[in-house]
Amino acid sequence: MANIISDETIEYVGILAKLSLSDEEKENAKKDMGAMLDYIDKLSELDTDNVEPMSHVFDVSNVFREDEVVDAGMREALLSNAPEVKDDMYMVPKTFN
Amino acid sequence: MEIFEMTAATLSGKIRDKEVSVTEAVDSILGRINEKDKEYNCYITVCEDKARADAKQIQDKISSGELTGPLAGVPVAIKDNMCTEGILTSCASRILSNFVPVYSSDAVLRLQAAGAIVIGKTNMDEFAMGSTTETSWYGPTKNPADATRVPGGSSGGSAAAVAAHECICALGSDTGGSIRQPASYCGVVGMKPTYGTVSRYGLIAYGSSLDQIGPITKDVTDCANLLEVISGHDPKDSTSLKRDDLDFSSALTQDVKGLKIGIPRTYFGEGLDEDVKEKVLSAAKELEKAGAVLEEFDLDLVDYAIPAYYTIASAEASSNLERFDGVKYGFRAEEFKGLHDMYKKTRSLGFGSEVKRRIMLGSFVLSSGYYDAYYLKALKVKALIKKAFDEAFAKYDMILAPAAPTTAPVLGESLSDPIKMYLGDIYTISVNLAGLPGISVPCGSDSKNLPVGMQLIGDCYSEKKLIRAAYTYEQMMK
Repeated sequence: MANIISDETIEYVGILAKLSLSDEEKENAKKDMGAMLDYIDKLSELDTDNVEPMSHVFDVSNVFREDEVVDAGMREALLSNAPEVKDDMYMVPKTFN
Repeated sequence: MEIFEMTAATLSGKIRDKEVSVTEAVDSILGRINEKDKEYNCYITVCEDKARADAKQIQDKISSGELTGPLAGVPVAIKDNMCTEGILTSCASRILSNFVPVYSSDAVLRLQAAGAIVIGKTNMDEFAMGSTTETSWYGPTKNPADATRVPGGSSGGSAAAVAAHECICALGSDTGGSIRQPASYCGVVGMKPTYGTVSRYGLIAYGSSLDQIGPITKDVTDCANLLEVISGHDPKDSTSLKRDDLDFSSALTQDVKGLKIGIPRTYFGEGLDEDVKEKVLSAAKELEKAGAVLEEFDLDLVDYAIPAYYTIASAEASSNLERFDGVKYGFRAEEFKGLHDMYKKTRSLGFGSEVKRRIMLGSFVLSSGYYDAYYLKALKVKALIKKAFDEAFAKYDMILAPAAPTTAPVLGESLSDPIKMYLGDIYTISVNLAGLPGISVPCGSDSKNLPVGMQLIGDCYSEKKLIRAAYTYEQMMK
């Protein structure tokens, strides 16, 4: 089964991935993704109708801990990595008018 | 013997016996880095001043008898995807090229508590996505065995630094072979432990269900000692295991009598370099001479591991890398129109092409309409692969295989054909899908004098058996 990735699919994936791609990058992405998906289609050869999907190898679920603050007072240190800061807060472009 | 040539076990012994000071050890490594790293580019950051300051403190603790372990005073290199407080942690990406963490990863804290000295942060494929260390924003690392070749990846900087004696030992991380394959290419020992054995807290996530930190060392003794130090339950990693069998150094004994070793025919067929095949099989014969029982068998589903892996790893990566948006840390694009444009421009300029490729693929296989056909399908195949290994380990104590189908390729030859590059991970990748431990041990060189690695794969929790077999082989070859 040959995967044909349309221009619309690439646009849509670009939105999901939060990437703005140049025309050349879009063309390459179409080719690369088509080839990868063709390769991944090999999995459809296997009958998995009665197989439970395995997200983790070990049967771990609901690992709880007490909700206690252990790393407080790091505001200044954390903010020191931010590209832009104002009044002890992260600064981002205006999101509404 | 120069200090930088020593193993951690030898060096820490000489420091304890006052033959070498910690400052001398640090100076020896820094001198070596100064001499060699222009050529090999193993390091993104060298912590010269901090390492010298740490050396004095550690020396005091050793002199007072507070620190006595096999890593006390030993200069260790850390892959640049593990957070180190106050030290640049870039993941070899432009998007984190100015990120200085405010905390350290659990594995690094455990190393420091044992008296190890962080000498620097090593180069890697960007976000650990690659098999050659060529996708780094900081340029490729060269293989010390032949500087026209790649060191493997993604932990290529760590493996090359150990091989070039630019550190005594190192930490790497392994999502699909990223410790074992570069260890094999560089002629050093590398181990990926059972998933959950080493905390992932502070390890910048790529494929969370597959990522494990592990040691890269000059010999099996250092491998066991280093793994023992960094392992242990961590409440900050919800997938961390509670194990009470972490005394890995107790397995450093020569004894493989009666050990049943399975040799999967499918791992020695088409695509395997003849020299690699011969070296790995002759290493197997050595283990047989020491009393192990070899048997060929058919391991199922080998051809399905790579497509399942790239589906799952890309899906997890697309989700994990969503956090890099230019708001709280890291690189931010200079010109943009509004918030969403800032996200997109920042990410488009900040990530390299292989990372973008995997984020796109991952976003696609998780998107509505394709989730069941691709992502869920891959998780089901993962269950089948795990079952195939369960069946093998019902018969055998371990599986013996090459670490990689070839020795190190020439720089610049791998990236143009991604699928071909992904095929190079064929012997390592299913180990991550099944959460198993695996170790790569040097077993000679090919006709071009390039190192070959033998891989031993065990059932979950069987690191000690692997260490015992690897140690036995290493001692026999001395």
